[in-house]
Amino acid sequence: MSQKPIELILARQLSSHLTMPIFIVDPRGDLLFYNEPAEKILGCRFNETGEMPAEEWSTMFTPEDLQGEAISPDALPLMIALSKRRPAHKRFQIKGADGISREIEVTAFPISEQADRFLGGVAIFWEISHD
Amino acid sequence: MTEVTIWGCRGSLAAPGEEFTGYGGNTSCVEVVAADGTRLILDAGTGIRGLGQMLNGTVRQYNLLLTHLHMDHLQGMGFFSPFFDSHAQVDLWGPASTTLSLRTRLARYLSPPLFPVTMRDLPCKLTLHEVPAAVFEIGPFRIITDLVGHVGPTVGYRIETAGSVIAYIPDHEPALGTVDFPNDTQWLSGYELAENADLLIHDAQFSRQEYQNCIGWGHSAIDDAFKFAEICNVKHLIPFHHDPNHTDDTITQMVNETTHSQVPEFEVTAAREGAVFKL
Ligand SMILES: [Zn+2]
Ligand SMILES: [Zn+2]
Repeated sequence: MSQKPIELILARQLSSHLTMPIFIVDPRGDLLFYNEPAEKILGCRFNETGEMPAEEWSTMFTPEDLQGEAISPDALPLMIALSKRRPAHKRFQIKGADGISREIEVTAFPISEQADRFLGGVAIFWEISHD
Repeated sequence: MTEVTIWGCRGSLAAPGEEFTGYGGNTSCVEVVAADGTRLILDAGTGIRGLGQMLNGTVRQYNLLLTHLHMDHLQGMGFFSPFFDSHAQVDLWGPASTTLSLRTRLARYLSPPLFPVTMRDLPCKLTLHEVPAAVFEIGPFRIITDLVGHVGPTVGYRIETAGSVIAYIPDHEPALGTVDFPNDTQWLSGYELAENADLLIHDAQFSRQEYQNCIGWGHSAIDDAFKFAEICNVKHLIPFHHDPNHTDDTITQMVNETTHSQVPEFEVTAAREGAVFKL
């Protein structure tokens, strides 16, 4: 596999030092990386899953609205960031690979580079605590 | 045969003085000449002044490739005599930023108060080309550019000819923030530029100890430059961008110690002003 563009390399390097869960995809939505804090919410380790096509990860981690109904992928912040190339934000539930649903808030933004090269998207998310 | 000549290999700031004459005090400038005479000039540090003087009047067309616009890679530009030759055509490649064109960025240096002559008043015919760009060709050279990990928009160049590959990445901190440097090559800045190069001219500014206080400044510890060269499977590493505080003795010692501790399988020759490498 080929070397990633520097913007994605730096995004991954930054994310591996942050406590905020972060999820990075390419322009197609294929998963490139998620950091250790994200592993807790997604219910599995990145080392175990590795990179994954969008079709695969979107079935492993199921997004649901707050009533438990499935959300169409187009309505997810990360997919909006990719398709509309702007930041997007939403609160919803995600069922992790461990089968547990967690309420999260997500902010996603596109990674666009000079000369309009489009490289992918980043989602930052955090679990809502009702304690 | 391709010839590579070092006209300046000092990083950050020119370093005059007796203790620096061995490796030289001029900042980044490297000349690459193909067998058919096609010439590339990499960066316009203070070393470009001497090169311009040597060539002046003998050449009509110049190819100047800038990695980035930090002062140590640009400062010689105003003293490159072909710029003041109305018969000269200068093709200049360099990175734009996310908001400013290459022309605007260059004009910030080539204009008062930093420089008395503005870019538009230069008598030569100047054509600008923005990088990174798709692969492009200059004579027999096939040139690949890519953004690399430094501070601000910075590219490295991979220069391929039928018989050789030269990689020029003078300002580069590929180890920054990595967990497993340099092993995951998919996530390694500069990897595809340097892979299997015959000659890698690479940042080796700091000792390991100095680097601990300069993380994020965009430069490499010398042992990281060795590790990068090794994973990229290069044949010959040229440690480059010597720190302006490092005397000849310090540079020799750093290279010797690192060679001793890392036992590289590739050849290592610290960049030295005036050195010529034939490929
Ligand atoms: Zn520099
Ligand atoms: Zn620099």
